Parts: sequence; structure tokens; C-alpha cells
Amino acid sequence: MHDYLNISNKKFKSRLIVGTGKYKSFKECSEAIKASGAQIVTVAVRRVNIFDKKKPLLMDYIDPKKITYLPNTAGCFTSSEALRTLRLAREIGGWKLVKLEVLGDKKTLFPDMIETLKSTEVLTKEGFKVMVYCSDDPLMAKRLENAGAVAIMPLAAPIGSGLGILNKVNIKIIRSRTKLPLIIDAGLGQASDASIAMELGCDGVLINTAIAMARNPIQMAEAMKFAVQAGRKSFLSGRIKKTIYGKASSPKKGLI
Amino acid sequence: MKKINKVKIKINGRKRSINSEISLKSLLSTNKISLKKVAVEVNEKIINKKMINKIKIKNGDKIEIVHFIGGG
Repeated sequence: MHDYLNISNKKFKSRLIVGTGKYKSFKECSEAIKASGAQIVTVAVRRVNIFDKKKPLLMDYIDPKKITYLPNTAGCFTSSEALRTLRLAREIGGWKLVKLEVLGDKKTLFPDMIETLKSTEVLTKEGFKVMVYCSDDPLMAKRLENAGAVAIMPLAAPIGSGLGILNKVNIKIIRSRTKLPLIIDAGLGQASDASIAMELGCDGVLINTAIAMARNPIQMAEAMKFAVQAGRKSFLSGRIKKTIYGKASSPKKGLI
Repeated sequence: MKKINKVKIKINGRKRSINSEISLKSLLSTNKISLKKVAVEVNEKIINKKMINKIKIKNGDKIEIVHFIGGG
């Protein structure tokens, strides 16, 4: 039996979600997605360049029929901006599964949780399935769950920072208190960070910068795929207890 | 000859002058924009794509046409 990631009654084989920003080209982006095995990618909503129609389009490189587009409100600093963006996203292609991200501070890019919570409530009432980018605060995560979020997406560290998971304890507490899909979003820097997230019991990870800005993005995408798989299997297998003293692996019996 | 009035509008933040007779649908098609890949807002109101044929452009309209791009 395959170990699926289940979000809002939709099953995904891959537990790695990939962002589509910051790549050198759409070609590189689509190759990285392929190497990552991701079935969900985040996308942004922006103005069409009506004065330069020769510019390539994301949809020409990444087929939304094959890969689930997850519209994201990246860059929104108020609830009204985020709501407007996701309502437009729904009109583009009927997407109901969305990622909400309302930022509160330009320097840290930390989420504004008051605006985020407010937006989650409104979007849920409008029939959206909202995956919510949030702080690593267990109480806020619970509030989002109560407001109708379909996935909790706490940051590991500031967006694009590559610092890895700064507060593993909080992530563990959030894990123990929610049955919703828990997906680490933002701040991972290398493959081992993705493994750690999965070993903490997360259901998935969302990675953009760590892949797109790596020296070799396509190879890093593949590394992230394996790291997520390894971390998940490690978590499901159950780690041994830590002890401060040594325990020999070979039997004493028969020692010469 | 019938005189065609011009109206001034803003598309994606830039000023344009177009024929007043034009519908939103023909505005998109003359700009070679595929309706399948975009969403349209007129004066901050999202337009249902099924209704796009019935909407006539008026003077002072602010039109936003958006699509998906790469993002995190």
C-alpha cells in the first residue's frame, strides 16, 4: 500500500511540494519539478504582460492537467490583497485548493497571523480549501484548524533564508496536536533539512529557494525528493531511544 | 460615415485609448489573450468568464488581466 499525502480528500504520491519562483528559465523550472517528483507546485498571480506577447508562459511549460497548481498569495501584506488574489486565481481555472500567505514584515517576511486567521475564515466560507502558511506557534496552528484550514504550513525559518528548522520542539508540538496535514513551508536550505522535517512527523515539505538557487537546481530537486522519502520512511520505522552510554552491537558470547 | 467614439481606459496600470463599441471579450481577443489562462477584473470586480461577451468597456474603466507566473 502506498503511503499517500492526503490533502482535502485528494491523494498525492509525492510529499514534496515545489515552488516555481526564482528559476533561471521556465525550462529549468520544469526540469527541476520533474526531478523532484512533485505533484503540486505553487504559483503566483500577477498581471499579464499585454505589451510583450512573445514572453513565454508558465502553463506552456508546466501542464496544470498533470501537475496540481497551488495558487499562492506570496507578496500580499493584507487580508484584502490575499482575498483578491485567490478569488482571481479561482477565476483563472476553477482552483479551490489554495495556499494563503499574508506577510506582516518586509524584513523577516514573517506571516501576519491576525490577518492570516481572518483570511482563512473568509476563504473557507467561500468554499476555498485553504492551506495556510503560518508561524510555528502551536496555539495559532490550532486556531487555523478551527477556522477551517485544510493544511497547516508552519515556517522552518524566514522565507528564502535556508536556515533549516529553527524550532523543532514547536513543530513536534504542532504535530502532536493536529491531524491536519502538516507541511513545513519556507526556510529549508539543504536535503537533510527536508529529512529532519519528515522525521519530526510532518506530512510534507514545500521548497522553492533551496532548489531554485542551488548551484545545480535539478540535482538538488532530486536530492530533496530522496530526502523527503528517506525522512518519511525513517519516521514511520520508528527511531531508537537515545542513551548516553554505548551499547555494543556484537554479542559478547563466543568472544575469543 | 459613423463616427466611432474613443474611450480612455487603464489596462494593467497603463493608459489606453480604444473604441467605445468594443466588448471585453473582443478587447482580449484583439490583444491575443487566451481567456483560458487569465482572470479579468473591471474596476476591482472579478468578471465571470461566461459573462465576458456581455460586458462593454466604458470610459475610465480600470481593467486588470492576471495569470499564473512562477512563485514560491
